[in-house]
Amino acid sequence: MQDALVIAGREFGSRLFLGTGKFPSNAALEAAIVSSGTEMVTVALRRIDVTAEEDILDPVDPGKVLLLTNTSGADDAEEAVRLARLARSGGYPTWIKLEITPEPRYLLPDGVETLKAAEILCREGFTVLPYVNADPVLCKRLEEVGCATVMPLGSWIGSNQGLRTKAALEIIIEQSFVPVVVDAGIGAPSQAAEAMEMGAGAVLVNTAIGTAGDPAAMADAFRMAVVAGRQAFRSGLPGVGRAAEASSPLTGFLN
Amino acid sequence: MPDHSAAADFLATDLTGALALASTATDADVDRALRASRRSLADLGALLSPVAAGRLEEMAALAHAATVRRFGRMVRLFAPLYLSNECVSTCTYCGFSSGNEIARRTLSPAEVAVEARTLTGRGFRHLLLVAGEHARIVSKDYLVECVGALAADVPSVSLETQVWDTATYRRLVEAGCEGLVVYQEVYDRDTYASLHLKGKKRNYDWRLAAPDRAAEAGMRSLSLGALLGLEPDWRSDVLALAAHASALLRRWWRCEVAVSVPRMRPAAGDFEPVRPVTDREYVQILCALRLALPDVGITLSTRESPAFRDAAFKLGVTQMSAGSQTEPGGYAEPGGAEPQFEVSDTRSPAEVAAALRAAGYDPVWKDTIGARVSDADPAQSRH
Repeated sequence: MQDALVIAGREFGSRLFLGTGKFPSNAALEAAIVSSGTEMVTVALRRIDVTAEEDILDPVDPGKVLLLTNTSGADDAEEAVRLARLARSGGYPTWIKLEITPEPRYLLPDGVETLKAAEILCREGFTVLPYVNADPVLCKRLEEVGCATVMPLGSWIGSNQGLRTKAALEIIIEQSFVPVVVDAGIGAPSQAAEAMEMGAGAVLVNTAIGTAGDPAAMADAFRMAVVAGRQAFRSGLPGVGRAAEASSPLTGFLN
Repeated sequence: MPDHSAAADFLATDLTGALALASTATDADVDRALRASRRSLADLGALLSPVAAGRLEEMAALAHAATVRRFGRMVRLFAPLYLSNECVSTCTYCGFSSGNEIARRTLSPAEVAVEARTLTGRGFRHLLLVAGEHARIVSKDYLVECVGALAADVPSVSLETQVWDTATYRRLVEAGCEGLVVYQEVYDRDTYASLHLKGKKRNYDWRLAAPDRAAEAGMRSLSLGALLGLEPDWRSDVLALAAHASALLRRWWRCEVAVSVPRMRPAAGDFEPVRPVTDREYVQILCALRLALPDVGITLSTRESPAFRDAAFKLGVTQMSAGSQTEPGGYAEPGGAEPQFEVSDTRSPAEVAAALRAAGYDPVWKDTIGARVSDADPAQSRH
């Protein structure tokens, strides 16, 4: 069955996006990109150094995957916009993962600044994929200013705690006209499958793969989980029974 | 001490219970600290205790796992760039101390740029400018000029000099300075007074509140440190350092905070450490700090030997210096001035990077978007 993910008019064959932090080497990153089957890879502008002998961009083949630069490290809208413009002037794709995380401990996103930056960048023609808290109203506001997706967190970055925000994610998925990419906190393939079963458009995974004992094998495990979760969603999951079924009908006396 | 500062918060922190645990913790206290999902300063006390020393392998496993989860298998590399060894302060343990008869030198901003080019040629993108305390020779204007001279070519410039007021820190941020490193050296006031005999550094409170002033001025990263070996009771020093770091994290929630606990090395002046910290104790300190402060950076210096660094960096370390020269001008032309201390790990940056790779770690040379800048002119930006 035809089931491509479409973001801003571009088709993606894989619903698993990969972050590039925390990998032990470029070789490990390259192997994980291949075995994940991903077609979208996000790289922090703060890590790119084209003057270096070896750069984090080396394993990213632009013929095979879309490079999604991100504004990690930006404290406010002004800094994020500055970084995005630099990325464009540096010749990178104009797809930007908007990350404004002024608090470096949990890297939680600042919704106020994110909306401000998204408005500016969408107006300037960027394809904007914002990382946000699982806030349904903020997600609608971002959609209205022209963001190509919304990327709410499952739990905070690097925590591997899974879908702590599930109730809010369900509302976001229900209300969104743009793909919902669950980003951050997904620590195991089962959690990725859970997000896909809920109807997420895609998931973005980094820590769980980058810090695994065998990142390439873990990337493959996530690939399968995302495919399985998506197929389950498309196949119509039976609902979970919420109450015991009485052996004698409780309303039988009405007949 | 200004209200609403981390320094004031730190001074108001009651460490009595944590200090008691650091000497008298039982196995049950250590168990509780090891199992906790969020650890308090009391837990840190327990982890620093003599009883916890018997649980080092457990602590190391937890510290390693916490570091990999939070930071990945990577270590950021940086180099200190010594601007000047002129100093008017008398600090009994430091090679630059004003009483020491040593060859003194101050680099011109042009010479600083030459040193920086040598270092960027070796791969570095994070430089730490270091200088002795001499307000006339190593003046505010001089430092602003030095930072400005590097801004275009060095993505990340931090500063470790005498401490300044907020207005000066603001000028430094505007020139391109991203972070401040301040060693309180020792947190006990009496010990502090006995070591810092002359000069501005005698003012404990002014130094303690320097990170607050830097944060207020817009510095992105704040690094604290205690120099181990100055204080007979290293446990109390490490606890105080952690309490200060915790106060900064809470008060200046936008800043990255890092800590460093170098051990004393031989230097001019022949100061003998009062109480040298053993390797086992040092590992316990690194692990305990990582477990108590899971989000802070931990720096490991070239004061440590190659063998020790190659083994211990996995236990919580996030950044390391490499190929360090502690004399002004020592990179481009070594041998022209007295170093601050003897380096123990004399390997080149490439050798240190190779050792990290061999251990399955990524040596990270660049990880920054640069100093906070207020305008959006791309010509000014230094990502």
